[in-house]
Amino acid sequence: MEFKKKNKIKLAIPTASMPDIIFMLLIFFMVATVIRQYSGLQVKLPEAVKIQKLDVSNRHVSTIWVDKENNVVLDDVTVKNVKNLRNLAYQKRSVDPQLVISLKADKLARMKIINEVQQELRKASALRINYSAIPGE
Amino acid sequence: MVLRKNKDKDVEIPSASLADIVFLLLIFFLVTTSIDTQKGLDLVLPPPGDTEIKIPKKNITNLFINAAGQAMIDNQVIDVREISGIVKEKLYENPLLIVSLKTHKDSDYNVYVKVLDQLKKADAKRISIANPEE
Repeated sequence: MEFKKKNKIKLAIPTASMPDIIFMLLIFFMVATVIRQYSGLQVKLPEAVKIQKLDVSNRHVSTIWVDKENNVVLDDVTVKNVKNLRNLAYQKRSVDPQLVISLKADKLARMKIINEVQQELRKASALRINYSAIPGE
Repeated sequence: MVLRKNKDKDVEIPSASLADIVFLLLIFFLVTTSIDTQKGLDLVLPPPGDTEIKIPKKNITNLFINAAGQAMIDNQVIDVREISGIVKEKLYENPLLIVSLKTHKDSDYNVYVKVLDQLKKADAKRISIANPEE
């Protein structure tokens, strides 16, 4: 039988290059990992349909959290008075001109506080903002 | 001399466990990486200062949101979900249209995002955020 002959061929996946592949994966994940991540505030994000990805890398994003009790947090700093936000945002803006502010506000937050945050960001020239939302409806 | 003898020995770092160590590192970074990309609605705020730009009245549509979450466009109360259709029609008639969005200070952020979403659906690129009414 001719079929029997074929069965005798030894089949083995070459594993010699496995460490190289793992190294490549390792380097990818090392580069992709951003260690600093702020816990922020507990917010329930609003839903939206026409959402888009932020077109800059995470390094250029600062996050402002606003919860329904009107607490404001910028990255890792709790902002007691919204007026202080101008200085904080201005410093970040001067360090990184590509800065994008990601606004993570609770859906039950009042527009009063949101408007105040926006006015302060305008004064700090941090004009690019992104209203964080989850896909829905 | 006793010291001489040591030099003849082959000194080698064992590399058999290299793959294991790299695997460990790989798993660590795999676990700590969060690929969740930030998603949301983009908007560019107007520059600071009250620079008055003369815009012909016919190019502005006023959109108000009151504390109860109702929307009003050109003095007509409408449902929030109708906004995209109405704005789309208006943009078709006048491509230079600017939508001026004004919110009451007690309205919910949720409604504001919904309205922005509707405007994005209508492809309204020119959105102006008016100062809130006190």
